[in-house]
Amino acid sequence: MKGTDTQEIIIKGISASPGVCIGKAYLVDREGVEIVEKYHIEEKKRSAETKRFKAAVKKARDELRKIVEKSPKELQHAHILETHIAMLKDKMLYGSTIDVIKNEGVNAEWALKKVVSNLRELFQTMTDPYLRERSGDVVQVADSIMRNLVGAERVNIAAINKRVILVAHDLSPAETSQINLERVMGFITDRGGKASHTGIIARSLEIPAVVGLKRATSSIRSDDLIIIDGNAGNVIIHPTEETLVQYEERKIDYEEYKAVITRESEAPAESVDGIRFEVMGNIELPEEVFALINYGGDGIGLYRTEFQYFNRLDFPSEDELFDKYKDVVEVMDPKPVTIRTLDINGDKALENRVDSDEKNPALGLRAIRYCLKKPDIFKDQLRAILRAAAFGNVRILFPMISTYFEICEANRILDEAAESLEKDGLPYKRDIEIGVMIEVPSAVIMADLIAEKVDFFSIGTNDLIQYSLAIDRGNEQVAHLYQPLDPAIIRMLKHVADVAKEKKIKIFMCGEMAGTPHHIPLLLGMGMDELSMNPQTIPDIKRVIRSLNVADTRSFLQDVLKQKTARSTFDLIKATYGSILSEQLYSG
Amino acid sequence: MAHSEIELSREVVIVNELGLHARSAAKIAEIAQNSKAAVWVKRDAEKADASSIVDILTLACEKGSKITLIIEDKADRPILEDIVNLIETGFGE
Repeated sequence: MKGTDTQEIIIKGISASPGVCIGKAYLVDREGVEIVEKYHIEEKKRSAETKRFKAAVKKARDELRKIVEKSPKELQHAHILETHIAMLKDKMLYGSTIDVIKNEGVNAEWALKKVVSNLRELFQTMTDPYLRERSGDVVQVADSIMRNLVGAERVNIAAINKRVILVAHDLSPAETSQINLERVMGFITDRGGKASHTGIIARSLEIPAVVGLKRATSSIRSDDLIIIDGNAGNVIIHPTEETLVQYEERKIDYEEYKAVITRESEAPAESVDGIRFEVMGNIELPEEVFALINYGGDGIGLYRTEFQYFNRLDFPSEDELFDKYKDVVEVMDPKPVTIRTLDINGDKALENRVDSDEKNPALGLRAIRYCLKKPDIFKDQLRAILRAAAFGNVRILFPMISTYFEICEANRILDEAAESLEKDGLPYKRDIEIGVMIEVPSAVIMADLIAEKVDFFSIGTNDLIQYSLAIDRGNEQVAHLYQPLDPAIIRMLKHVADVAKEKKIKIFMCGEMAGTPHHIPLLLGMGMDELSMNPQTIPDIKRVIRSLNVADTRSFLQDVLKQKTARSTFDLIKATYGSILSEQLYSG
Repeated sequence: MAHSEIELSREVVIVNELGLHARSAAKIAEIAQNSKAAVWVKRDAEKADASSIVDILTLACEKGSKITLIIEDKADRPILEDIVNLIETGFGE
């Protein structure tokens, strides 16, 4: 291999964690346990062979136990290792291997290998990438047994004493938990995919990782100079001087970008001329609250409550709903949590019917229409919300209001719910903000009257566009006609925003439009007080807001209102704000 | 069977982000291993032994998938309830 030593080699793998690093390789292992011999075991020796297998399992178990004891409790490895310990005795692995030894008369190594490759095949057919890669857990557990069966030695990873790039065939949680992670600059593995443990650990440590390289361990030797480009999924061995300079620059760029994002996602979204906007998140499950906080969300602009009504035989009880809402409200306090009341046909959700006897469910009995028809079910939810409101900052949002009468009715039932709580002597808070979704064209036209009954509007652009332009987005024949920038839509949004200002109520937007960077200049120009979106897009939208001048967006909106087509509106946005919007986020 | 199906089986939706991965499957198996008779996890036409982590993993239940838990003995009702609870609370993740 001499002579080729200085040749630059690029291997393409799968990016499992972004970032760039340059350093010396540290080779952890090779495919030591991959080659397995097969031999026959005669009948009377089979129970001895089974015992040998059991002893290897016990040894593997003791090894893992020791590592668990040494791991700090809060480390997520510890949980994974506990799972691996449980898997050692799993029927499908342990029981099946013993069956193969007994029934087929083969040695323990071969029996184990056979069982594992059958299992691996089962996993390969899975479509979900995360679960498909869980076959990695089975393989790693089997490897730990196999090592003890064949007496293979392992490199002692705990002994690494310099900053290195770890190169391994595969890294099991047991192995990674022994590594002094401060010494690792990056990971490279032959096996694995985006959702492998190596990737998870690298992402949580924020160091680059490229996996699934297949021939990394056979191409790289310890102390080789290598570059990991975790953004592109490349590994460069023996880089030339030029390549090194180029990647030094990329590394600096990426680190600067990351520093900016982390520093800024927490900070408020304040425009160049000093106007602050609230950038909120839309959630469905209580668990999503943490992601929202991490992405710097100023509150929850839309908490969808349908999930608890799905796939069950009865309606959720008031207490059950209260518990869920309270969890979210308490975590977010004092930031606002906007709870949208049931937005589906509850009867259908319970019966779990996808097909419907309504010809046109989008125009059918759903949301507020359903709730007003079933006041008992509605009242249970409203009581739960009012009770949760005693624990933080809650707003109620009524969906799909299309007439003035509906908001009056919804408010009346809300009052009844409050009165009944008073009677029952339960703690609650009635003095909270009430709002409606503006997502039906009739509500746009009636906005001035509806405004008198509420504290805020929240524009649901997805439905509003669908109902206004008469476009079913799911119908590919017409989906291209779904245009948020259609002048008709812009005029409607402007009208609703103007009414809100005139009636001195707040105006929010929680549809997809609010999470799209090139719509932001328009929305600021209209005077939206709050934008709510998928938590992941919050940092980007905050960045865009910080680079805009609101006074400018107001005059820009006047030009937009003169446009006649969605196309020319888009071109105008691009011509005016292209430089801000094209400041592409690093594609990590 | 004298008892209605509903008593011996429960439908539940996987709500945690990662689906039934190794750690969540291990939690189910741990409970199921204390049952009197067999406990099954059924997804569409496929059925897995709830006491085996690996078998549960082979069902590939990602977030949002709907599964049915089946017990064979009425005495295992509390076990059924515990597993349903565990899944519905997203395994406390």
